[in-house]
Amino acid sequence: MLESLVDATGLTKRFGSFTAVSGIDFHVQPGEAFGMLGPNGAGKSSTMRMIGCVSPVTEGHLRILGMDPAVDGPAIRARIGSVPQEDTLDTEMSVWDNMVTYGRYFGISHALIRERADELLRFFQLIDRRDDKVDPLSGGMKRRLTVARALINQPEMVLLDEPTTGLDPQARHLLWERLYQLKRSGVTLVLTTHYMDEAEQLCDRLVIMDRGRIVAEGSPRELIDRHATREVVELRFASTEEQERSVPLLEPGSPRVESLTDRVLVYTSDGEAALGLLAEHALQPTSVLVRRSSLEDVFLLLTGRQLEE
Amino acid sequence: MRAPAVSSLVERELRVFVKIWHASAFSAFGMPVLFLVAMGVGLGGLVDDRPGAAAGLSYLHFVTPGLMVAASVQQAAGESLWPVLGGIKWDGRYVAMVASPLTPVDVFAGVLAWIAIRVAASTVAFLLVATVLGGVVSPWGVLALPATVLCSLAFAAPTSAFSITQENEVPFAMIMRLGVLPLFLFSGTFFPVSNLPGALQPLAWLSPLWHGVELARHATTGDAHWADLAHLAILLAWVTGGWLWGLRTFPRRLTP
Repeated sequence: MLESLVDATGLTKRFGSFTAVSGIDFHVQPGEAFGMLGPNGAGKSSTMRMIGCVSPVTEGHLRILGMDPAVDGPAIRARIGSVPQEDTLDTEMSVWDNMVTYGRYFGISHALIRERADELLRFFQLIDRRDDKVDPLSGGMKRRLTVARALINQPEMVLLDEPTTGLDPQARHLLWERLYQLKRSGVTLVLTTHYMDEAEQLCDRLVIMDRGRIVAEGSPRELIDRHATREVVELRFASTEEQERSVPLLEPGSPRVESLTDRVLVYTSDGEAALGLLAEHALQPTSVLVRRSSLEDVFLLLTGRQLEE
Repeated sequence: MRAPAVSSLVERELRVFVKIWHASAFSAFGMPVLFLVAMGVGLGGLVDDRPGAAAGLSYLHFVTPGLMVAASVQQAAGESLWPVLGGIKWDGRYVAMVASPLTPVDVFAGVLAWIAIRVAASTVAFLLVATVLGGVVSPWGVLALPATVLCSLAFAAPTSAFSITQENEVPFAMIMRLGVLPLFLFSGTFFPVSNLPGALQPLAWLSPLWHGVELARHATTGDAHWADLAHLAILLAWVTGGWLWGLRTFPRRLTP
């Protein structure tokens, strides 16, 4: 068996009395795309920063590429790429100079940097902007540049903290495509996101985090199979009274029925059968949607619907 | 802290500087030279008629090292306030640096190295002009260069260690106005400290600027004293204290 690139046991991060990450265990294998999914404040970024060796571990065991971040931080960082949540581009410089300067931080020779920077800017469709300043670039371009820059040292593992937050759909898809190519070339990806589609698109394996803990782990498909039902029926009714009457009728046939303010969600193996129960009692919803369960259902089931800020 | 790491940071600063050097050239070099002409040559003509006014020196000889060190210290203080906070707060370039093999201590060392280089460059230029104007008497004047750089670091080390702990720039204008400016005026730069009211004189002795000015003045006038060892020790103590402080504040802020 190949050695894990990230090996975390009982990993904990506290800031004063606040516990951001609360004793989590996980492992990242070479070549996989590993995702951390969770609401804001779940501890994803704190975990990422510990993996990136830019935040000391409070408690627990962490090994990155077989090394201890507390001892070998610079040596580990020399072999990984890091894309933080907010762009940290050097706004006083051009696109090209950003690549060169960052490469120099890794002690890479000018000649090698030139070669790689040219290749990376082409790959991320930025070569036409190489002499432009960073500030006027679009959000998508800045993000791509941040990722391109993080690859200047040909890292074995790339950490991406919410790589596409704030990007428009075109920009997101372009970045996904490039990240996918990267993964195919053998680079291990570790990413955080709160976009389900991103997790489904990119990740081989996921952990769902909530309040500093891992609440579920598996491939997107496994998580759906394990935590959700095959189908979800979304029902809306003309009145609250009708909605309230429907819930006890639906409950016997389905493992879970959720009554929200605007609709009822029925988690079931057979949507049509659930609808049949309502028809028997002459209850007519104003709108009906039968769909397959998604990762979003799992996510909401496990982390709750309450907005936590 | 490793030398290649620091040199990569200096390289970054140079890359930015070569494109914008003209913007800061006036404040770093042009302004002190104007002051030198106005005060050393112009005002000096008045002062020199009063015997003993400037510690037995011609006013030009007196004010040249004062201006040189004071201008450098101002430059060093400015460079260790806004740009340092900006690195973590505004453009996040320090965040990018510590994601590479660079450490927070490398970043701190890079800040100080760059300030030393900038100050050294403007000091060399100033010394050359001052020599042409007749403000430097002794060949020992070359030692005014390390004295000026050391004095600038005596400010820059604690100031940047402080700046990195801040959340906004509000205290910075205050530091410049209530800290650096009074020191600029009253640290034996434009007139001897002995001309200050007796009660204020010990305050001037606390100022690292006074120690730097004394050292530089003894170099440009070729008049060394045993007390220079004490000046040197005090400046080194400021640099060391600031460095030790930064060894705590930079990692705490950059790798929380």
